[in-house]
Amino acid sequence: MFQFIFRRLSLVIPTFIGITLLTFTLIRLIPGDPIDVMAGERGVSPERHAELSAQLGFDQPLYIQYFRYVTGVLQGDLGNSLVTKEPVMSEFLTLFPATIELALCAVIFAISIGLPAGIFAAVKRGTIVDHSVMTFSLTGYSMPVFWWALLLMLVFSVNLGWTPVSGRIDVTYWIDDVTGFMLIDTFLSDEEGAFASAVSHLILPSIVLGTIPMAVIARMTRSSMLEVLSEDYIRTARAKGIAPWRVIVIHALRNALIPVITVIGLQVGILLSGAILTETVFAWPGVGKWLIESIGRRDYPVVQGGILIVACIIIFVNLMVDITYGIINPRIRHSR
Amino acid sequence: MTIQTTSTTKTSTDNSLVSAPVPMTPFQEFWHYFSSNKGALGGLIVIALIFFMAIFANFVAPHSPSDQYRDALLLPPAWLEGGNWSFVLGTDDVGRDILSRLIYGSRLSIAVGIVAVTASLIMGILLGLVAGYFKGLIDTAIMRIVDIMLAMPSLLLAIAIVAILGPSIVNAALAISIVSLPHYVRLTRAATMAEMSRDYVTSSRVIGASPLRLMFVCILPNCLAPLIVQATLGFSSAILDMAALGFLGLGAQPPTPEWGSMLANALQFVQRAWWVVTFPGLIILITVLAFNLMGDGLRDALDPKLKQ
Repeated sequence: MFQFIFRRLSLVIPTFIGITLLTFTLIRLIPGDPIDVMAGERGVSPERHAELSAQLGFDQPLYIQYFRYVTGVLQGDLGNSLVTKEPVMSEFLTLFPATIELALCAVIFAISIGLPAGIFAAVKRGTIVDHSVMTFSLTGYSMPVFWWALLLMLVFSVNLGWTPVSGRIDVTYWIDDVTGFMLIDTFLSDEEGAFASAVSHLILPSIVLGTIPMAVIARMTRSSMLEVLSEDYIRTARAKGIAPWRVIVIHALRNALIPVITVIGLQVGILLSGAILTETVFAWPGVGKWLIESIGRRDYPVVQGGILIVACIIIFVNLMVDITYGIINPRIRHSR
Repeated sequence: MTIQTTSTTKTSTDNSLVSAPVPMTPFQEFWHYFSSNKGALGGLIVIALIFFMAIFANFVAPHSPSDQYRDALLLPPAWLEGGNWSFVLGTDDVGRDILSRLIYGSRLSIAVGIVAVTASLIMGILLGLVAGYFKGLIDTAIMRIVDIMLAMPSLLLAIAIVAILGPSIVNAALAISIVSLPHYVRLTRAATMAEMSRDYVTSSRVIGASPLRLMFVCILPNCLAPLIVQATLGFSSAILDMAALGFLGLGAQPPTPEWGSMLANALQFVQRAWWVVTFPGLIILITVLAFNLMGDGLRDALDPKLKQ
């Protein structure tokens, strides 16, 4: 087991080095001199240029610059935003809870619909139930997320007036930032109706963000269940006279869930970082919106740092998924 | 021999010879499986229609995509009150015909799809073949790079590339082809490695075939099935990513009729003109769905494991 974890961990190091190389080159690939880019339209005098160049280390050979960059990254120093002058890391940390909150709600939505739908489709294979679940999940899978968001907003916020259009909470509430998670903070606060407001703001973004994972989970659950249901031990269980629901829930589902858990894990990694479109449409103050706005403002340290953090999160989540998978399934652990 | 004759006389009542069915050509066999899948067939028809629309946009579209009819701003679709049959799906905020813009927009989406898929297919096949054929250090290096690319959400990577190169259609297409590269590399490499251990490859090598001939003439044709499926699915994600980049203002720039960028400032019309918001997204969904349906059908028809 330890050997397996160690082997998997050793694969992470070259990937990490590669990603730092990528983000390091990224800012140097932008056409033009980096200091002129940072200074913006006003420009800088040649003396100030040389001074800044020395200060930022641009006068050093590339490999020393890279070494400095990696040393900084390992100490959590990702530079400062050009716009707010705040450290990139602290900006990220204040925004990250909003993204986690949204992503977790989206995953809960995706699992609570996708998993039962997939099981139901597999059990009722070939029937109208199966066909409609598969049609819906393929449609969900093909959905342009930003349009889906606009459409739901059109129906539920504008026409029916059931949910708010954007943001995390009504502007009339002033909530103390305790944990950064709006649901917890509003729950702790004394403001009446704040919690309900936070929940209503979360509904549409969670559905939009959860749609594609829901489709993926439903498809995966169905195919995995179908495979397990054709196994001999299921026939044996049925022949013994065990109740049909018990065969499905206790005997089949347990084994069918292994690949589904992997898929869910991989989706979480993507959601934590990939909420770009959903956050942009719903004006959700999270990491995705922050990255897009930084690109628009040409705030390159933020873009560079943000991409690096996001990639690291995904590597970490994938690593956890792989290790969990190794624990659940011994065949993976012992193969090569 | 005698047993065989007795058994045939037993089963066939008249003693005429039963001729074996003519074996199907590979294409007939493929079509037999593909056409039995109604979803895939539907997808193929929709895709054919969209290609037709894209090629003959000048003849199909009722108006020019850039003509602004100042007396017909934000006109609702024809079947609604206040609608006009010369603008079937209504007009946008500067009086352009939405239907015509959608028809011309199909050109761009199809073109970007073709360019992005072809580019990533060619690069992916080359890298995958090299990695799978030579193995060792080259393989490790290529696969590590692929792993790094896979560690990033594809849209974020595409956004980063466009942010560096500057927003335009060409750069967006380039970004999309780079982002979808890892899948092709992995597929080709896996298929190449499986084929490398086959006897026919060994015998070609013994005859003295060069590595290039082995890679492209012997191995590659046998790796094509999964690549065709992936290319079809790649088309759908290219169209989706292109629309997303357009929506974020990083793809096609404003006057160009592109499905995603038509939605870029749609947010302000959510309250008063639902048709401006609805139709561009609907056509993206239909197109992407058609490619996904066809991709699923192709996979079922080309995968011998599923046939049995």
